[in-house]
Parts: sequence; C-alpha cells; structure tokens
Amino acid sequence: MTNHQNSPDHSNDLTDKAQTRHGSPSQNITFENTELKLESGATLSPFTIAYESYGTLNADKSNAILVCHALTGDQYVASTHPVTGKEGWWETLVGPGKPIDTDKYFVICTNVIGGCMGSTGPASINPETGKTYGLDFPVITIGDMVNAQVHLIDKLGIDQLFSVIGGSMGGMQVLQWASKYSSRVFSAIPIATAARHSSQNIAFHEVGRQAVMADPEWKSGRYLEESTNPRKGLAVARMAAHITYLSDEALHSKFGRNLQEREKITFGFDADFQVESYLRHQGFRFVDRFDANSYLYITRAMDYFDLFAEHDGVLAGAFKDTQTRFCVVSFTSDWLFPTRESRQIVHALTANAANVSFVDIESDKGHDAFLLNEPEMFSAIEGFISAAAKQKGLSESDNHKEIS
Amino acid sequence: MSNNQLTTNTPKANRHDHLIIKSMISPNARVLDIGCGDGALLELLRTEKNIDGRGIEISQKNVNHAVAKGLSVIQGDADSDLVNYPDKSFDYAVLSLTIQATKNPKLVLEQLLRIADYAIVSFPNFGHWKIRWQIMAFGRMPVTDKLPEQWYDTPNIHFCTVKDFASLCKTVNANIEEAISINGSGKELSNDIPFFIHNLLGREAVFLLSKNK
Repeated sequence: MTNHQNSPDHSNDLTDKAQTRHGSPSQNITFENTELKLESGATLSPFTIAYESYGTLNADKSNAILVCHALTGDQYVASTHPVTGKEGWWETLVGPGKPIDTDKYFVICTNVIGGCMGSTGPASINPETGKTYGLDFPVITIGDMVNAQVHLIDKLGIDQLFSVIGGSMGGMQVLQWASKYSSRVFSAIPIATAARHSSQNIAFHEVGRQAVMADPEWKSGRYLEESTNPRKGLAVARMAAHITYLSDEALHSKFGRNLQEREKITFGFDADFQVESYLRHQGFRFVDRFDANSYLYITRAMDYFDLFAEHDGVLAGAFKDTQTRFCVVSFTSDWLFPTRESRQIVHALTANAANVSFVDIESDKGHDAFLLNEPEMFSAIEGFISAAAKQKGLSESDNHKEIS
Repeated sequence: MSNNQLTTNTPKANRHDHLIIKSMISPNARVLDIGCGDGALLELLRTEKNIDGRGIEISQKNVNHAVAKGLSVIQGDADSDLVNYPDKSFDYAVLSLTIQATKNPKLVLEQLLRIADYAIVSFPNFGHWKIRWQIMAFGRMPVTDKLPEQWYDTPNIHFCTVKDFASLCKTVNANIEEAISINGSGKELSNDIPFFIHNLLGREAVFLLSKNK
C-alpha cells in the first residue's frame, strides 16, 4: 500500500502517474465537478474510480486493454490484493509474457461504480448527509459502470481501447462497451456471459439479497453507522452463489460425500461433509473483503442488464454495423451462463456480418472456469489478441515508446 | 490438451482444391469459409491474398485450433447457421469438400449465393471411374483413400457427380463462372477435353458460381 491509496486525485498529471506507477496498489481519481448521469435518472457527483494499471501506455495511446471484473471481483487483476494478500484474480491471464502481455499492452482494471474497493459505492460518504450512502445510494446498472469507465478512459486520453475483456458481469460490461461505444473498442472478448441476465440468475441473486437483508445486523442498510456487520447474511449469500459458480461434476470430484475431519456422521448440524465446510469457509472469507450493500447493488445491476430489451428484443440491433472484432468464449459445464447464451451473442454478431470468433471450451469446472487454468482459453485469447494487434498495426517498437 | 498442441502449426502440403480455390479469389476480398476445418484454407488466403476471412466449422476442437491461430472462426453448421448472415455480406462464400456432408445441399447452395457475390464449391466427384468401378465390379459402396469411411459411418450423406452438381447449379439459377476438375494425382484436367471425361477422370471438382441476375 502506498499513501496514494484513497487519496483523491484532482491533478492533471494523471497520465504521468499512470505510466510511472504501473503495478503498484490502487490509483484513484475523483471527478469532482462531473455528474455521472445514471440510467435510473439519478446523478452521482462527485464520484471516484479506483483502478489498477499495468504496463506502459504507448505514444499514440493505442495499446490499452480494459479488463472488467465480475460481481465480487475488483481492480486487483494482476497485483496482490490489499485485504486478502492473495495474488491477482486473473494473474493466469494478465502479466508479463502472459496472453494479455503487460510488456506489450497497457492494462487497466477499474473497481466498478457501486463497488467497495475504492470506487464510489454504498459505503462511500454521501456529500449531502455527510454519512455513508447505505440504501440512499442510487441503483446503478451495467451501463452506468461502463459510463463511469468512459470518464476514466477519457481522462487517460485514450481514444480507442485496443481491447475490452471480462468474464461474467465483466463480460456484460464488455458487451455494453461494444454496443454503446463501438468505435472506441477495437476488439472485445466477452467470456462466460450473456446479453441479458436470465430469470434463473435473477432468482439466485434474490436469494442472496434476501439473506443479507434478513440478517438483523444489516439494520436496513445502515450497519456502518450502527457499527454492526451483516456477516452471516452476506456469507450465506456467498455460499449460495458459490454453488452456482461450480458444477455438479466439479463438486463431486472435489468433495464427493467425504467427511470433514471425522470418521462418521455426527447426527447433528455441524459441517459433517467437506463440501459444507468448504462453503462455510468461502462464505466467511468473503465477508472480510466485501461490503454487504455493494453486494445488493451490484447483483441488481446484473439483473437489470438486458441488451435485447434495449433493442426491441432483437439483439442484433445492439451491434449494428459494428467494426469491433469479437472473441466470444463459453464453457461447456457453465450452467449459470450457458453456452447457448454466448451463441445468441454470436448469432447477433453474424447477423451484422461482424468479425467474430467463438470458442466453447470443454471444461468440468462450471462458471468458475474462466478464472482458472484453462489452456484452451488462454491459447484462444492469445491467438485472437495477437491477430487483432497485427490488424491494428501495433508493432513491437510502438509498444516500448514512452509518453514523452 | 496442452497449450503446445494447440498452437503448434506443422507445415503440410496444401490441399489441391485449396490451391484452385486460392486462384479463384481476388486479393483483399471478404471470404466466408463454411466447414473451414482447422482454418488451413483461411490461413493460406490470409497469407497469400490478404483476405478478410471468417469461418464456420462444426467441430469445436477445430474451431479452437483455428481461433488460437488468430482466425475468426465460430462453431456452427452450414445447414442451420447460414441464415444468420445478411445478404451480400461477403465477396466469396467457400464450401470446400463440405457440401456432400450437408443435410440440404440445395438450400446451402442458395444461401451461399445469397450471402456472397461468388460461391466456390469443391466436392468429391462420385462419378470418378474408381468409384464407378467399385460399384460395378464388386457391387459394394466405394471406399477410397480420399473417401475412407464405410457407408454406415460416413458423414458424407449427399454425394454427387460433376454432372449432378452442374444440374443443381441450373436448378438454383447459378451461373457457372469456372469449373475445374482434378485427377487422382492432383493435376487439373484441361478444359479442352469433353465434359463427360471430367465426370469420369475428375476426382474432385471446384466450381466458381455467381447468382444469375
């Protein structure tokens, strides 16, 4: 951690900072006099975006890749997490010599608006009351998250992103970018995602939200002032959600019916089974790094995402005449964002004669696969990115030019 | 599957029909290759003709290989997925050694002519003398080095002869711009010889078609 953490940046030397501080813990920028107009009709001002960046922005600012994080992810895509001390959540994919090579590309990852790792969210101070927002925070959408990112990309002086990549909710942001800011996205890699959140997924999110709100420590969202913490509710929400990230096969091969540090069942409600113990651990580890209200807001944002509806039910309308190159990735055992939902995206793109690749990766890891070691995903992304770089004319020499 | 296996690209001789298809395609064209396999033809055309290429391939494994090579390929099926493409979105739609494996070759051919200005179709000629000989002499469905599967496990469900294909072109109102057949050793047959000889000696044929106005 450096003393830059959480210190608002009003200066204009942002790009200088961005290039000198790559890889170090979060930079953030506060837009003091800018209104973020939200899809709900509300506005957010001021607002802060916390982000991490890696690598060097080249002279013509053409080598930037925006990584978008998933529901419970954050900006620490390839650097150690300040709370958990764990390595970045996508270090398998992002880093020097990795498929998203930080020796070649300037990689940016922002904490989404509504999040809890430095960007403005329900745990931030509401300037009107001087207290934390809590449920006074306006409901945000995937579109709002992306609009906030646009402010940052503008500030960095980047006209067109070389690529936007993300999985799950990150993939929704990718689709939103490609749909709304098509000309600013040279290539897009939506992974394990969908153009609209399914009824089943909304249902799971509702279970999670109800678990949080049923915790007496939630205090109608004002737990920060009351010095309580709805840990149990949030942990249960995480446990339920975690099951949806895995697959029957993965759970079976990892745990089966194995018992947790005991010879036989206890005829009680202890965590007899390893899978129970694992879920409890996942739940309680999660609450140390995540804000319960952020969980409510971000799940809601995913629920509201529907690119079909925005184009009269015809998804092809979302990508009309797109010049962006796409690589759509899905996983065979992902039942949360099943392959058929990726295929709908592909069909909408082909209806526009778009340049699209589509790989469905054979994996038994479920939705989580996009975060795991999946060599076929890596080689597809690497092949796609290097072909796109060639197309964009990103030569080796460009990549090493510094901003003068 | 290891990373290595996917990205390794062992050089191999180009398929005869690919070389002929290449000769039919103009530089910098937009090309859709239906049934593109691991992308060998698209790669050849990208390298030598600087085309803007897309592919559809039914085998996911092949698709993943092709994408790892930087080609724009999606998993899909000629019979069901061509309807998604807008009219005239490509200069060429290529169907190389695939039409005989489609469920509805006529519809597929019509789709090709709708999607692109030119359709290029290559196919194994079932009128080739070796095939005729096997049926006549042994009374069995032919099995050759190029068509090695037994009748019960072949994906090729709609074989045709050069003559049959020419007649389908007429049915779908396609104009035959060019037709080339290659013999068993991969040599192009001269255009001077009579048509029935092509139908007898051609092992494969490549047709360049356009839609009759």
